[in-house]
Amino acid sequence: MMIPAGLAFVILCAQIADCSTLHVSMPEANPRNYDYTKYHPMSEISDWMKKVVAENPGLVSSAVYGETFEGRNITYLKIGLGSGGPERKAIWMDCGIHAREWIAPAFCQWFVKEILQRYKTDEKLNEMLTNMDFYVTPVLNVDGYMYSWVNEGTRLWRKSRSTPPEGCSCHGVDLNRNFNANWGTVGVSRDCCSNTYCGTGPASEREAQAVTAFVGSRVEQILCFLTIHSAGQLLLMPYGHPNILPPNYDELKALGQAAAAAMKAVHGMEYRVGTSPEILYANSGSSRDWARLMGIPYSYTFELRDTGEFGHLLPEDQIQPACEEAFEGARYIIAYVHDRAFHNRTQIGGAGAAGPFLATVLASCIASTYLL
Amino acid sequence: MSRPACALWVSALLFLSGDGLASPFQPGTEPPAPEPPESNLIEDLEVPPQFDGAMPRGELVPHHYPAQRAAKVVEHYLNTRYGSPYRRVHLHQVHKAGLEDLGQAGNKYHLEISLKEVVSNTDLGPCSAEVLFSGEQDQRAPQVQCSCEGLKKLDTKAEEEALFQKLNSSDSLLSGSNIPDSYGHVAPEMKPMWKLGAAAASFVMLNESNEGTLYNMAQVANFTQLETENDQLRFKYHILLHEMITQEILHWKLLATWSPAGGVSVSQTELQPKCHHCETASAIEIPEATPSPTSAS
Repeated sequence: MMIPAGLAFVILCAQIADCSTLHVSMPEANPRNYDYTKYHPMSEISDWMKKVVAENPGLVSSAVYGETFEGRNITYLKIGLGSGGPERKAIWMDCGIHAREWIAPAFCQWFVKEILQRYKTDEKLNEMLTNMDFYVTPVLNVDGYMYSWVNEGTRLWRKSRSTPPEGCSCHGVDLNRNFNANWGTVGVSRDCCSNTYCGTGPASEREAQAVTAFVGSRVEQILCFLTIHSAGQLLLMPYGHPNILPPNYDELKALGQAAAAAMKAVHGMEYRVGTSPEILYANSGSSRDWARLMGIPYSYTFELRDTGEFGHLLPEDQIQPACEEAFEGARYIIAYVHDRAFHNRTQIGGAGAAGPFLATVLASCIASTYLL
Repeated sequence: MSRPACALWVSALLFLSGDGLASPFQPGTEPPAPEPPESNLIEDLEVPPQFDGAMPRGELVPHHYPAQRAAKVVEHYLNTRYGSPYRRVHLHQVHKAGLEDLGQAGNKYHLEISLKEVVSNTDLGPCSAEVLFSGEQDQRAPQVQCSCEGLKKLDTKAEEEALFQKLNSSDSLLSGSNIPDSYGHVAPEMKPMWKLGAAAASFVMLNESNEGTLYNMAQVANFTQLETENDQLRFKYHILLHEMITQEILHWKLLATWSPAGGVSVSQTELQPKCHHCETASAIEIPEATPSPTSAS
């Protein structure tokens, strides 16, 4: 389908006076010289966030919505073109809930950059930003992320950096086992030294509380909840418990598979789609599960590259391709939830770009036929 | 635009949009699934890994975890047999899978998979394999049989001979650490040592695997070349394994020997105590630090 579409595009392009308006990058929207194909320590990410806000007034703002165990700010970027009250719809994306998954914060930064570069000329993106806000948290587990930067010995740290509980001697809680979603039931450890330690109780951790409070107070507004991890090349749907399925399982599956197809189209990488107990392992207390249980209908965990050759130590020369494919997957899902909310359209399976393109074709065809 | 051309465009439009219009998702036609319980009062449930997905006996869904875990074991097995500084086999896809319940003898997986050789980036094509995970009484490593035509077309003799000569005749003994480093970088001269470490790690991973595990090598923490013996190069390796289900990093020390003719063999494997110093409280303040420069010495 894409070949005739591409040919049609070329022919159409020739009939439009100025094709160059269709693809223009907007470098001024992004902080100059920030290298999105390198991993950045927290200080650089924080500076980058400040610059993005300063250079995009009216489009990007930021806010602190919680504090880590060690007292650091947890900050989101809010990107949107509308003004609107508490009714305004939104999508949620968080990265870096697990410290060692460095490609995830790299992706959140890439995602923001892409939006800022494209929104003026990408009609669909422009429409989505007009109708919705994008809440993006580049690093959720700030303490853990910073700890993974201390030296080579800490690089593979996963958890938060909370102090050991009574009777145990190790730091940190697996934040993605700590949410109030069948907490403590399956796929967790009660041993604080374990990497899947679920904490002393549901949402016992400040980082989980921050998300719970912010997202929890906006459940009606938030159309989809995307949480970004590595590795494994998977799109995980709720729930992590093997005995429960979400009511919209079929829809989530179809949408996930379409998003995975969009990702594969970029660089040929396979992403498997399913619930966590189907394709990976059972677990409980994940933020994805919590969001779905709260009523946010579309909730996915993205597990980015790779499938084990490098694992969490994904080389910097793979940041760009990994982010390019992840962007297409995220965009696909976001466009779907947007269209469902604003156009009552639940079409899965067509290429995302086809819609506005075809509309343009039809419009120009009709216009030129009847006006000339 | 003339009318005939416009008609052409409209028919093109219909052709192109046909795909999308054909099957819109219609949530209303799905039978309503039961609402998930809104409370969190699910009973404490220890679900044994192999029954997580209420796995039916017989045909398995290829992209679900039971077939995937078994296929990973095939990868480890092949790397013990064929792995070298210039050869690393990686699981690409599972195409078909079946499970045979042998009762006390265990579970036997029948797999159709495809593999890649990642050093030369060669598609090895389809392979068929059988993996037997022994029954609970038996603590043996999984037994693997695999038929993979694509492996026969790999030819790494020249590079292996060259490396062997270089390391055998050098005055100094090679060593290195943190491969890959924190940024995923591997120095070119360390790549063969990384792949050799992965081949050696495969012996451990194969041995440690069962239906409830999924192993990958995370990193070569360090390695040191020892004196050559019996025409075999020898290395002490400290490797980090990542186990997916527990998300733990496991430290193993081992002795690896290699020659182009003999392949890789491994002895003196030793699981290290969990690295709490990487994970326990540190007296120092966490600075806004970048990692210390890595040295692959």
